[in-house]
Amino acid sequence: MSESITVDVFDHLVGLAALELTPDQADYLRTQLNHQLKVIDELKAIPLDENVPINLHGVPYEKATSSLPREDIHKPFADPKSILAQSPQVDDGYIIVPDIPHTTLK
Amino acid sequence: MELCDLSALELTQLLRQKKTSAVEILESTLERIGSVDGRSGALDGGALTDEDKQKVHAFITLTDDRALEHAQQIDKQLANSEDPGPLAGVPFSVKDIFCVTGTPSTAASRILANFKAPYTATAVARMEAAGALMVGKVNLDEFTHGSSNESSAFQPSPRNPWDTSRVPGGSSGGSAASVAAGEVPLSLGTDTAGSIRQPAAFCGVVGVKPTYGRVSRYGLIAFASSLDCPGPVARTVTDAAAMLQVISGADDRDATSAPTPAPDYLSTIENGVKGMRIGLSPDYFRITYPDPQTGELLIQALPAEIERSVRQAAEKLAAMGAEIVEDVPMPNTRFGIPAYFVISRVETASNLHRFDGVKYGLRTKAPTADLTQMYRQSRNEGFGLQPKLRILMGMYVSAAQYSEEYYKRALRVRTLIRRDFESVYDPAGKYRLDALLTPTTPTTAFAMEAIYGNSVLMQYADQLTVSANHAGVPGISIPAGFDKSGLPIGIQLLGADFCEDKLFRIGRAYEHATESAEWRQVKPQVLR
Repeated sequence: MSESITVDVFDHLVGLAALELTPDQADYLRTQLNHQLKVIDELKAIPLDENVPINLHGVPYEKATSSLPREDIHKPFADPKSILAQSPQVDDGYIIVPDIPHTTLK
Repeated sequence: MELCDLSALELTQLLRQKKTSAVEILESTLERIGSVDGRSGALDGGALTDEDKQKVHAFITLTDDRALEHAQQIDKQLANSEDPGPLAGVPFSVKDIFCVTGTPSTAASRILANFKAPYTATAVARMEAAGALMVGKVNLDEFTHGSSNESSAFQPSPRNPWDTSRVPGGSSGGSAASVAAGEVPLSLGTDTAGSIRQPAAFCGVVGVKPTYGRVSRYGLIAFASSLDCPGPVARTVTDAAAMLQVISGADDRDATSAPTPAPDYLSTIENGVKGMRIGLSPDYFRITYPDPQTGELLIQALPAEIERSVRQAAEKLAAMGAEIVEDVPMPNTRFGIPAYFVISRVETASNLHRFDGVKYGLRTKAPTADLTQMYRQSRNEGFGLQPKLRILMGMYVSAAQYSEEYYKRALRVRTLIRRDFESVYDPAGKYRLDALLTPTTPTTAFAMEAIYGNSVLMQYADQLTVSANHAGVPGISIPAGFDKSGLPIGIQLLGADFCEDKLFRIGRAYEHATESAEWRQVKPQVLR
């Protein structure tokens, strides 16, 4: 089977996905991706004329079945500490992260 | 028969007649869980023992203290002649993809293993407001990514109560298994490609995928936002209807929830099927699947006993006055899986990007030079293989150079799938159907480890259910007997937008027609 997702393409995807993989993981995942792509390629054979628009959600958003836009009202959360408590590292109400990489633009 | 074996509505009646108490119901439930469930799913669960292989393992977290407090409150309300709600005293389990304040809300993933939700999902809040008792959070495929429940980071993963060497299906495997084993009469699941209906079919229970928008997604940890639908798992159609009644309705906190009022399902559920038009489609009696060796797509007829169950159901409904319409074309059904491989992956890649070790969830303990390395290391340690696979595919098919060829094309194919349904339900059209009657799954429950790892074949377990998710229409899976191995067979009804009431009527009529059938007397293996 020809492989659309080559090692180079795969490595690029891993970077985009913010992942780091072991060689075994990478081998399994790239193999599975190429198998899936073979199935996905079935879509290419479907005739689609100009009258076939994209559909982002099955049920049409019509007035009777859609929530109306509502006023944007600030509602303070009752217990913000419970949210901060979920962060792996917090100091004095601030979330702490490692150094943020910087690039100097020319 | 124990209290925990009764239906939800039977329990509410006993409670209101003061023949039992909410605390007694809860005690019966916890006793059943103690006898059949075995150890709960946990990270690094260790090797399976022989005893493990005989248990259900539906739960990740038990919330028995919370349930007991609620049960005592219900009993106090009843003693004071107050109305404790339509589902008062009914135990239910919650797929651990819903946030519930103060409980671990793990998505069955290592990356969220330590996450305690600071808020509660609307569907769960509505169940508790109706008096239902949340007894725990049940296992699922990691982030709902699977059809067997084996991908959970919390092991042992659930097993099928009818045969514990088989999978319960997925991703709502814990929901279906907990209901089938009599641990709870109701469970809250989610259905993105069949994740309620497929495990319901595998476990011999009722599962409902409501119309997209019928139930709020607020508090649901998102997989594919345009496809995810919360819905009920129950042992009877009437219980499923009662539960959907409680959880449905508009929600200010989910802009995609529909303001369309839900009709009173229970007031029409016994109305029968006389005059209803129910379609059978040849496109649901054949399956397309990739050859495991070559990957070549093969088309073949469904197993005869599954097709026979559907046709026998049609005969019974016809005898009750329904008009059966044969040869209804649903030609784009076969494209459901290829389109799903694209659309769901793009959406999950987006949704899962928020898990980065900063605001919540796992952060690597390894030293990291900077923020980028911390993101990558945390995500690598936190996500299992199935989420990684979906993220990577989502990145690929939505990339600028491939988006037209894959993502946008899949979204246009979705239109074709939607048109199939619109055409057959059109009141002015040729078919004018009230529902389609189909098999729920191409097979009955498969053996543990038989398919896991083959991500393509696993996805094809959903090929008869996924089209309803693309189209947004409602569906219900109902038990319809057993195959020659004694495994449950499910039949599916698919309806038009917001017409769950018709599906409940047909499903209930089928229950009436089969109530004296021998197969209805058979108990799951774990209860024999």
